[in-house]
This record gives sequence, C-alpha cells and structure tokens, in this order.
Amino acid sequence: MIEFNDIDEIVFLIKKQYGYDFEGYSRASFLRRINRYMQLSGMVNIVNLKNDLINYPENFNTFINEIVVNVSEFFRDPDFFSSLLTNVFPYLESYPKINVWSAGCSFGEETYSLAILLKELNLLNKSRIYATDISTNALDRSKKGIYSIKDFKEYSNNYFSSGGKESLNKYFVSDGEKTIINSELKKDILFSRHNLVTDGVFKECQLILCRNVLIYFNEELQNKVLELFYDSLPVHGFLALGNKESLRFSSINDKFKIIDSKQKIYQKIK
Amino acid sequence: MRIIIIGGSAGAFNLILSILKGLDKEIDIPIVLVLHRLKNAKTILEDYLQLESHYKVKEAEDKELVKAGHIYTAASNYHLLLNENLSFSLDVSEEVNYSRPSIDVSFESFSFALNEKCCGILLSGANQDGAIGLKMIAENGGKTIVQDPNEAEFSSMPLSAIKIYNNHIVCTLSKIIKNINNYAK
Ligand SMILES: C[S@@+](CC[C@H](N)C(=O)[O-])C[C@H]1O[C@@H](n2cnc3c(N)ncnc32)[C@H](O)[C@@H]1O
Repeated sequence: MIEFNDIDEIVFLIKKQYGYDFEGYSRASFLRRINRYMQLSGMVNIVNLKNDLINYPENFNTFINEIVVNVSEFFRDPDFFSSLLTNVFPYLESYPKINVWSAGCSFGEETYSLAILLKELNLLNKSRIYATDISTNALDRSKKGIYSIKDFKEYSNNYFSSGGKESLNKYFVSDGEKTIINSELKKDILFSRHNLVTDGVFKECQLILCRNVLIYFNEELQNKVLELFYDSLPVHGFLALGNKESLRFSSINDKFKIIDSKQKIYQKIK
Repeated sequence: MRIIIIGGSAGAFNLILSILKGLDKEIDIPIVLVLHRLKNAKTILEDYLQLESHYKVKEAEDKELVKAGHIYTAASNYHLLLNENLSFSLDVSEEVNYSRPSIDVSFESFSFALNEKCCGILLSGANQDGAIGLKMIAENGGKTIVQDPNEAEFSSMPLSAIKIYNNHIVCTLSKIIKNINNYAK
C-alpha cells in the first residue's frame, strides 16, 4: 500500500509520463483507488507501482480504468429523474433543438436513462445528447450499450419511480446474462472523450448533467469545472449535480437559481 | 485533532443511542458514525440521535472540514473517506462487503489520514465489515475497541475483528462509553 505522502510523486510521474493531471483530485479517494489497483495487481509497495507506471505503459489503460470510478446505475436516484420530468423537461420542450451534456457518463447508464425519458416525451428526436468521459474504456462500453441483467429488476423499479411510462424491457434485448440497449436510442447520442480537468467548452447545452463526478475533485477543481459548466450554458439553461454535490461554495453560486435543492438542479439566471 | 470513528450494523442502533446518552457533557471530540443503512432509505437517523446529544449531529458532507462538537453520520449509498486536511470525501465506488458505506473503507481511510490520532470502535453486526479496517487503525498506532461478542446482539462483526487481530480492547458497552469519555479528555 502507499500513503498520503506518496501521492505527489505518483501524480507527478503520471503527468510527466502520460499527460493525465490528477493533482486536483480528492486525495482520499485517489489514494484508495491506487491502493485498490495495487492490491488487484499484486503490488505491495510504491517501488512496484512506479516500476509498473514507468516500464509497463501497456498497463496504463487498466490503471486509469481502476483509478476513475466507473460505477453507475440506470435511473440512479429516481427522485432526481422525476424532478427532471416535472421541473426541467417542460421548459426544454419550448426549444426547437435541445442540446444535453452528460459529463462523466461512465458506461452510459445515466445517458441512456435520460434518452429513454426524452423519448417517452417525444423530445428525443429534436435532442442531441453529448455524453463525455475521461475514460476511453467507459466510452467504448457506453457505445456498445451492453449490461449485465443482474441488477435489471432494480433498474426497472427505479425506472417506474422516476416516472417512466412504458416498461424498461422495451428498450433492451436480453439473453440469459446480458442485455443490450436498442440502437434507436443511440442515434441521437454522441459519445466522446472529454477531460473536465483540461478540456474546455465544446458546445452550448441547455441541460448539463454532471453527477457523482465532482466528489472526486478537491474544492478548487470543483470550482473550475463548475465555471466550465457556467460557460457552456445559455441563460435559463439547467445544471444538475449529484445528490451530495452542490453549488453552495462555488464562485458561480449567485448566478444560478435553485430549481430543486434536494435533487441539486439549478438554472442559470445571469 | 483526534477523531473517534464508530462502525456498526445490525443491532447497533440502540447501542449508538446509549453511547450518546453516556457521553460526558464537557467533551467535544468529533465522532463519526458509519452505520449500515437501507439503500435509499429516507431515515431520520440524525434527528433521533440529536435528541440524545449535546453535540450537533449531521450528515458528513463532501469536502466539509471535521469540527469539534460534531457527530457526523455517513450518508447512505456513499463510502465516507477522510483527506489529510481533515475534510470528508464521498465516494460512490463499488460496495465493499456488500455495503456502502462500508466500515472497512472508512476505517482504512481514517487510519491513513490520522495515524495514531484515531480511535476506532466496532459494534454489533451480522457480517465481517470493519475487521480489516480496525486492524489497520491498530497497526497505525490508533486505539481500537471491539464490543464484547457475548454482549453484541449480532456477534459476527466483533468476532471477525478479534479473529484477525488480538490486541484490540474488547469490552461491554458501559466500558466502551468510559473509554470514549477518557479518550476525549
Ligand atoms: C461515479 S461515475 C458517475 C456516473 C454517473 N454520472 C452517475 O452519477 O451514475 C464518475 C465518472 O466520472 C468520470 N471522470 C472522472 N474524472 C473525469 C474527468 N477529469 N473528466 C471527465 N470525466 C471524468 C469517470 O470516468 C466516471 O465515469
């Protein structure tokens, strides 16, 4: 295992060798992910880890996949999606064209959940969903849209609690183990790589979802990323964060109106 | 600053209430509670606990700094970690021991951030969560206490902790409370 004191050296090495900047990441979770990676790969100390990072670039992909936390669910937090349905979508309806950004999309669960709800409101046709993540592995998996059916029952319950009107099955084709999302849901989604730490605005979007990503950043980086979202939203555009994230301590706090304080949905007002 | 972190699962809720009732009124050492809770349960745990305590009881928020006079609960569905600057970090990564929050995850993280400035306490529970983390706290110089398995309503959590490390203080609830009050002085 490595300790807090070792982090700076590892962050420096990764930046120099691979160009990824983890400096602003929350140190406690970064440490935990590194130790988890080391445990999974049978490394015992920092020497092993440095050797791996320096001499085995082919392992770096696995490293990144373990460091970023790609854990997600369909319709995670049904109350959040139901709030989107009541408080945000009716407003978006009035636009001729809707751009949505799902930032930190993981394996696509959140993005497809969104697409399903938009489809049920007949809004998907005029929507373009930009789904981005730092992890190319996550993006590949998102594009494939293949999931284990293990948790499907829970997803289905959450779909209904979110306000889904049909049946979740309808959007998937399953065999005994796996389930794949219908391709008609994919056609309005563009999956692409975007690093929130280093990349800038790429599109004006009326709705930005960035949920359970900011908790992995320190306050300074959170603020920087929130400013990026501010710059990507038109006035009256919506920003949705994870249940345990907020604008409260950010520099853009007074430029937003709270739409749902519990579900962390905000609207840009100036 | 020193911090007390308490982990518990099945059978631990009433123990926590008794602990809070038994705290000396003059102590204000921060206390963190990691309890297994139902997923998406809209519990009013904090309100309940507040009734029994002179501390301020609240859920630990992401990047919030730990302060004296506070009891913090771990949010359901997130792991609770601690940075070296004593601010919390939440994490939605995989469940550990079928649990999120996992006691092992928090104990490990707190022991990294606090070393010997940490007291870990493990109470009743029906699984093995917390055992490995408590061992880490002990090995990093912290104080560690396990509820006497004979007293615990569900003994498997205390038992697994004792099984993998035999230098924990093992005692009943009333002694645990005394230990906390002494540690806080
Ligand atoms: C816990 S997942 C959140 C998934 C989904 N939004 C949800 O709430 O269920 C966090 C995601 O953030 C991504 N991520 C981490 N750092 C990032 C960065 N610098 N830029 C873009 N995405 C990042 C990870 O790859 C991961 O997919």
